[in-house]
Amino acid sequence: MATFKDFRNNVKPNWCPGCGDFSVQAAIQRAAANVGLEPENLAVVSGIGCSGRISGYINSYGFHGIHGRSLPIAQGVKMANRDLTVIASGGDGDGFAIGMGHTIHAIRRNVNITYIVMDNQIYGLTKGQTSPRSAAGFKTKSTPQGSIEQAISPMEMALTAGATFVAQSFSTDLKDLTALIEAGIKHDGFSLINVFSPCVTYNKVNTYDWFKENLTKLSDVEGYDHSSREMAMQTLMKHSGLVTGLIYQDTERKSYQELLSGYSETPLSKADLELDQAHFDKLAAEFM
Amino acid sequence: MINQLSWKVGGQQGEGIESTGEIFSIALNRLGYYLYGYRHFSSRIKGGHTNNKIRVSTSQIRSISDDLDILVAFDQETIDLNYKELHDKGIMIADAKFDPKQPEDTNAALFAVPFTEIATELGTSLMKNMVAVGATCAVLNLDIKVFEEVVQEIFGRKGQQVVDKNMEAIQAGFDFMKGKLSDDVELMELEKADGLKRLFMIGNDAIALGALAGGCRFMAAYPITPASEIMEYLIKKLPALGGSVIQTEDEIAAVTMAIGANYAGVRSLTASAGPGLSLKMEAIGLSGITETPLVIVDTQRGGPSTGLPTKQEQSDLMAMIYGTHGEIPKIVLAPSTVQEAFYDTAEAFNLAEEYQCPVIILSDLQLSLGKQTVEPLDFSKVEIRRGKLVTEELPEIENKGYFKRFEVTEDGVSPRVIPGMKNGIHHVTGVEHDETGKPSESAANRNAQMDKRFRKVENIRFNTPVHKNAPHEEADLLIVGFNSTRGAIEEAMSRLEQDGIKVNHAQVRLIHPFPTDELLPLVKTAKKVAVVENNATGQLANIMKMNVGHAEKVYKLLKYDGNPFLPHEIHTKCKELF
Repeated sequence: MATFKDFRNNVKPNWCPGCGDFSVQAAIQRAAANVGLEPENLAVVSGIGCSGRISGYINSYGFHGIHGRSLPIAQGVKMANRDLTVIASGGDGDGFAIGMGHTIHAIRRNVNITYIVMDNQIYGLTKGQTSPRSAAGFKTKSTPQGSIEQAISPMEMALTAGATFVAQSFSTDLKDLTALIEAGIKHDGFSLINVFSPCVTYNKVNTYDWFKENLTKLSDVEGYDHSSREMAMQTLMKHSGLVTGLIYQDTERKSYQELLSGYSETPLSKADLELDQAHFDKLAAEFM
Repeated sequence: MINQLSWKVGGQQGEGIESTGEIFSIALNRLGYYLYGYRHFSSRIKGGHTNNKIRVSTSQIRSISDDLDILVAFDQETIDLNYKELHDKGIMIADAKFDPKQPEDTNAALFAVPFTEIATELGTSLMKNMVAVGATCAVLNLDIKVFEEVVQEIFGRKGQQVVDKNMEAIQAGFDFMKGKLSDDVELMELEKADGLKRLFMIGNDAIALGALAGGCRFMAAYPITPASEIMEYLIKKLPALGGSVIQTEDEIAAVTMAIGANYAGVRSLTASAGPGLSLKMEAIGLSGITETPLVIVDTQRGGPSTGLPTKQEQSDLMAMIYGTHGEIPKIVLAPSTVQEAFYDTAEAFNLAEEYQCPVIILSDLQLSLGKQTVEPLDFSKVEIRRGKLVTEELPEIENKGYFKRFEVTEDGVSPRVIPGMKNGIHHVTGVEHDETGKPSESAANRNAQMDKRFRKVENIRFNTPVHKNAPHEEADLLIVGFNSTRGAIEEAMSRLEQDGIKVNHAQVRLIHPFPTDELLPLVKTAKKVAVVENNATGQLANIMKMNVGHAEKVYKLLKYDGNPFLPHEIHTKCKELF
């Protein structure tokens, strides 16, 4: 059986020393091993940006696509081979700016994949512009007077879009993060995991210390019930979204593939491509 | 007796114009006639003039006709907009309900038939189209029995009474019209057809059926005119094969989902029209640099922007060849008949896997939506070839080395493994990469990978890159076109021949890489070259000049008013060249 070391490759990440993404990478590798995957049965699809490079740093099948489109590519991979474990990943710009349309629709479509967002509230690779996750007043190269736009709340948004698995974590909480990714992989449906992954180079506000001071663990919230959408929403609003842990899970709703009529139970990629003549004749006869 | 008839039915959109045309044509198709339809419609659901022009012939036709024999009108607007197409002995059959007015400058006779009144008396005004079909039969001296089967199929599930009522409506229309026809009205009796059963379909049906036959098992698409029928057909048919269609949130999701599924080993399709293709361009580049097979259909319509969304145009040619940033190998096919649309779509999936690049199937609105009689499709001609897809077990690679998915090979094509395969792990990225898919910016690697990718398409094997009808060793004129202009060109060609002009014809089916070697001899041996296309700038003509040369003898024959070419337009304009 594969261990987390089997999910390491020999590529050295080009992230800055101290970047939160290193821990996310490690958590994915550990979670993959913990759920009993073999490297060839994992596909990591990523977007563009610093965090988008993650698909090249894990010893598995990896697809580094175009900006904001990791989710439709990942859903296509899963539709082609339902036996693969598919993880989509990228940054907050990738998922909540250019790719926001896909994020909402992937949530409501509920294809059985896991989406891990490395949320650093800034654009890193383009060297420090505002992101849709930057707080109002946040000063960047593109908002020298401070951002006058409201930051979006991805967890609340996911709940209203009909998410079946919503979780949030902090990159330094390796153990919790690993457990959440495992739970996300096992969840039969779309799982969204937003990870606060500080940018040590361009974000001098939302630092490791800032998160430590401001985050509340849901395990510390008395009586928190992650099966209650209402409690999830209230708790998120009360803490301005700054909570970590499993926020909401709906284990009743079936995944897209389960609901899809006629969809192959074995991987579609292994299907016979030949039609038989009788089948073709029947199809053609409908046009006569 | 006539061997050809042109019939048009028109009225307000949403009042059954479509189904009137449908019933009329299905019945005639089953008698063995060749049909060719053209729908004039607007981008709205209810209201607005719409018409359906159907040409019926005892031999194969692929163009709408220059004029019109019978016009069936459900409103005055239909008469006013269309009567000029009628020849002197043409006939208008109009609903008496709107008190139709005879236009002054035509000799075509107008007959008012109470379509709505007769239908209402029989039970429901909805059957007025049946009355109109019946009235048409009287002019054609056609036994209304030929409609029994079709009416049974359409209304059978509503009960025998509904079937009977509809047949009564046809009979009543026939009887009324028969009573009105005096001896001096010439009946338009069609010569008997051969009675052979042939397919009756639109190009989009053929594209969708070709995709199924070619092994396509997944489609991701966003609704758009005139492409949606492809998606709608596959939604009905793919579940029986274990596959599926996802209607995505947008065009970009559609193309990237198809890329994801192709990457993971399933032959996948996306289809759209110009606006959608514009949105898909970045992803087409991704398919190119990651060497992920991808089949995309572009059903061209009037552009730019929303343009003329329900009208004919062929103005995406340059965009499909060059429209992604950077440079990638790409294949662009342009079927010119419904049959070719079937075979080329099936073949596109082979080309995409063999050359590991995007393949665009270019269609146009008239080819995609024009319903026509099609000779049987030969399924045995369809084969599945998957190129260098690795299926046998792979040896272990030491030290977690990656599989050389982008190995530099002589023909440029690298072995392709799909996720799930042991010892095949590699990286795929839209960043320039080395043989294992790892990002690399080195100049030597860049050259090696670019050269490798372009080597793939140096010698494309495609069955018929150019459809040629070249009876003359030395021609006065070579006419060149692509997609649906073929039928009109063929008819113009035979008229020009009658005028004593020696004409060769080439319809380009492989648009890119351009089949220069195929065309050059024809261009060289022609005094003049007329390139016929539905756009304003002469895109194919420009590509011809660029690739084949001989610019001095290339003439652009253009039409961009939203309507397909009529044979006489090509005939006249070509004659003017001499």
